[in-house]
Amino acid sequence: MTTLTLAGTEADPRRRLKVLASQEALLAIAVIGLAIAVGLYNPRFLAARNLSDVLLGNAYIAVAAVGMSMVIVSGNIDISVGALIGVLATISGTLAVNGAPIVVAWLAALVAGVLVMALQGAIIAYLRIPAIVVTLGMLSILKGGLISVTGGKWITDLPDSFHLADIELFGVLPFPVFLMILVTILAALWMRYSASGRAIYAVGGNAEAARLCGISQPRTIVMVFALHGFFAGAAALLYATQLRVIQSTVPPNLELTIITASVVGGVSILGGVGTVIGSTLAAVLIAEIASALVFIDVSPYWIRAVQGVLILVTVIADILRRRRMAGA
Amino acid sequence: MTTDAHSETPGTPLLSVRSIEKSFPGVRALSGVSFDAARGEVHALLGENGAGKSTLIKIVSGVFPPDRGEVLVDGKPVDLARPDDARRAGIATIYQELLLFPELTVAENIFMGHAPRAGLGRIDWRAMHEKTNALLASLEIHDLQADRVVGSLSVGNRQRVEILRALSQDARILIMDEPTAALTEYDVTRLFDIVRKLKARGVAVIYISHRLDEIFAIADRVTVLRDGAHVATKRVADTDAAELVQLMVGRRIESLFPKITVPIGKPVLEVKDLERRPLTRSVSLTVRAGEIVGLAGLVGSGRSELAQTIFGVTPADSGEIRIAGRKVDIRSPAQARSLGLAYVPEDRGTQGLVRPMSVRENFSLAALGKVAFGGFIDRGAERKLADDGVKRFAVKTSSLEQIAGKLSGGNQQKIVLGKWLANEPKLLILDEPTRGIDVGAKAEIHRLMGELAAQGLAILMISSELPEVLGMSDRVLVMREGRIVAEFSREEATQETIGAAMMGSHDNAEKAA
Repeated sequence: MTTLTLAGTEADPRRRLKVLASQEALLAIAVIGLAIAVGLYNPRFLAARNLSDVLLGNAYIAVAAVGMSMVIVSGNIDISVGALIGVLATISGTLAVNGAPIVVAWLAALVAGVLVMALQGAIIAYLRIPAIVVTLGMLSILKGGLISVTGGKWITDLPDSFHLADIELFGVLPFPVFLMILVTILAALWMRYSASGRAIYAVGGNAEAARLCGISQPRTIVMVFALHGFFAGAAALLYATQLRVIQSTVPPNLELTIITASVVGGVSILGGVGTVIGSTLAAVLIAEIASALVFIDVSPYWIRAVQGVLILVTVIADILRRRRMAGA
Repeated sequence: MTTDAHSETPGTPLLSVRSIEKSFPGVRALSGVSFDAARGEVHALLGENGAGKSTLIKIVSGVFPPDRGEVLVDGKPVDLARPDDARRAGIATIYQELLLFPELTVAENIFMGHAPRAGLGRIDWRAMHEKTNALLASLEIHDLQADRVVGSLSVGNRQRVEILRALSQDARILIMDEPTAALTEYDVTRLFDIVRKLKARGVAVIYISHRLDEIFAIADRVTVLRDGAHVATKRVADTDAAELVQLMVGRRIESLFPKITVPIGKPVLEVKDLERRPLTRSVSLTVRAGEIVGLAGLVGSGRSELAQTIFGVTPADSGEIRIAGRKVDIRSPAQARSLGLAYVPEDRGTQGLVRPMSVRENFSLAALGKVAFGGFIDRGAERKLADDGVKRFAVKTSSLEQIAGKLSGGNQQKIVLGKWLANEPKLLILDEPTRGIDVGAKAEIHRLMGELAAQGLAILMISSELPEVLGMSDRVLVMREGRIVAEFSREEATQETIGAAMMGSHDNAEKAA
């Protein structure tokens, strides 16, 4: 796993210190440290049942945050993903209930996710319209469309075989957790070692320089959004299959929670910097904090405020870091 | 130095700038510059890019303080810590990029921040319009209405709004930074009318321009700066274009530029009648293997635009480009790159370097195809490529993983240059390769250019520094207004011949004679 740390594998002691100071290491320390601290206060927090619930219930946020991190690294943003996850879950559930083969129901969510996001990416890249505007429009279309089409009805009587989230690998590892880890590792390797992954950092770090190096900015952005759509589809499947019903709404501000995971994970809101390992760790940390609040007798409503503090702290740290860089 | 005209000004000068020194990290921008301006005088500041004009006017405008020296208004020292201090001292500056609010009206722009007030802090709109009309009348401007929205005005009219804004604040000293750079000929005449009226009112105008003919048309005295130092102050009546060009470019030692004579090979780039309006007009040129062709011209003459058209950033409307004899139609930078072209842009901050990326990642960015196999990057090959680049270009960096944005300007420029050479191009287009970097890094880049040419690379070098053009080029092309107006061999090229072609001052010299 050393290959996945921020600064590579060489045995330079200064570099090793740098690895420890990276956002990823800080988050890993926070995840473990918080578990120990809350566990000391209330040992029930550390019960296997609780920890696995925390991961199970939030793995889909981490999976969606992987795509979101790519989008933000490329210098864009997407606020439609929460609504899209709701739509994709509904599409997949509707197909399953109406007798379509389960695999088709699953694939439909992935394909529809890729199509919707690729379309948005194309509008952003080729018509040069800011991502926030395009995805805001899509957010309304998806949200409004979903509630109108479903009439707010829940989907019930889903076939048992539909429930991906119930699968346990080797009898212990729940599928959502497995998928979260797999997606994170593959995406991290891809972003770090592939030419296309490098293109995302280049476009987000300096679009003009990337263009002069022969990297097509529009193509990179469409690719990033298409991938993001794929991960949104995977997230929608985890979300749709973890309960026995599919509601016609998603948790409020789902997109903001996903963006928070990316930003707290060290993805610079200005583009060009960040890793998906950071965003997955941050998604786990946020879920952990939400659960911890209950165990230390604090109203879970505080989670939004805690998220807000995390966002502000990381963004301010990022901006200060950039400013130091510009001053040098 | 040459004769000084300070003593000829009677009485206390309105503005007096004394022994200003200013350094930025790694650069000495100004070393003891003095000049003064009397009431009703138009005083021109002349110098090459990087001579220190901008730094000087920013100090007088209170943008940043000098390290040493002082500014006096009416003989009294003024403390210019902030732009607001300068405004209160009666100094107003009109920058090249006009600072107006396009959605607001002429009157609102003029009185932004100091609108006449009625009771309870309300803006007194009527007084504001009356005052605007009075200002317009005082300069005999009849085609500009107080309630016009500024965004709908021509550049010339917007500039007039800025001038009126300065006058509304009772500015007695008006600094104009290249005011005619974006103006049509007609607007230039009108600007001069206004400057003459201001002169008659006793306003001192500090006029910065590259264009010699304008200086002869409007200025009383001219101060020439070079490399941050005061070279001479002359009365315009006592000098001529040739002398000013010579003062401006000076005579620096050519041995600074290690030009190696190498055998010149076959044409690598042939351009014929290339058109891309408005700034590339029927351009034809040839660059051969091993040859360094210098492209001289003023800022705005269309040199960078030509480079970007050749490189496919802004593809040509018509004309012909041949690479190594084969006709090509370049529509994108990616295509240009695959044809063996490389372009090192002028502004490495916005165009060349990905600042948050490491040195390694920046070096490999233009050559990913060479280190990536099946879409995945071979780390070993990438590190070797970057390591070779760091060694070859003597980049001073703590490691390959150093974030490129943290390096000094010279080292950043070396990375941008090295990045392109990793791709082994046949033609290298360099846009201002040494602007803003220190002398040591400059010399190293010049040495590298010589070596690259010796290896058979064809180089097209855009430079605004004449000594660099003269020192490095085998041949010099001069651009003006989108056209190539002159070509000189290395033997024919002198500062005077190139300078004259750049400024188009043949005609002016004739007029003056």
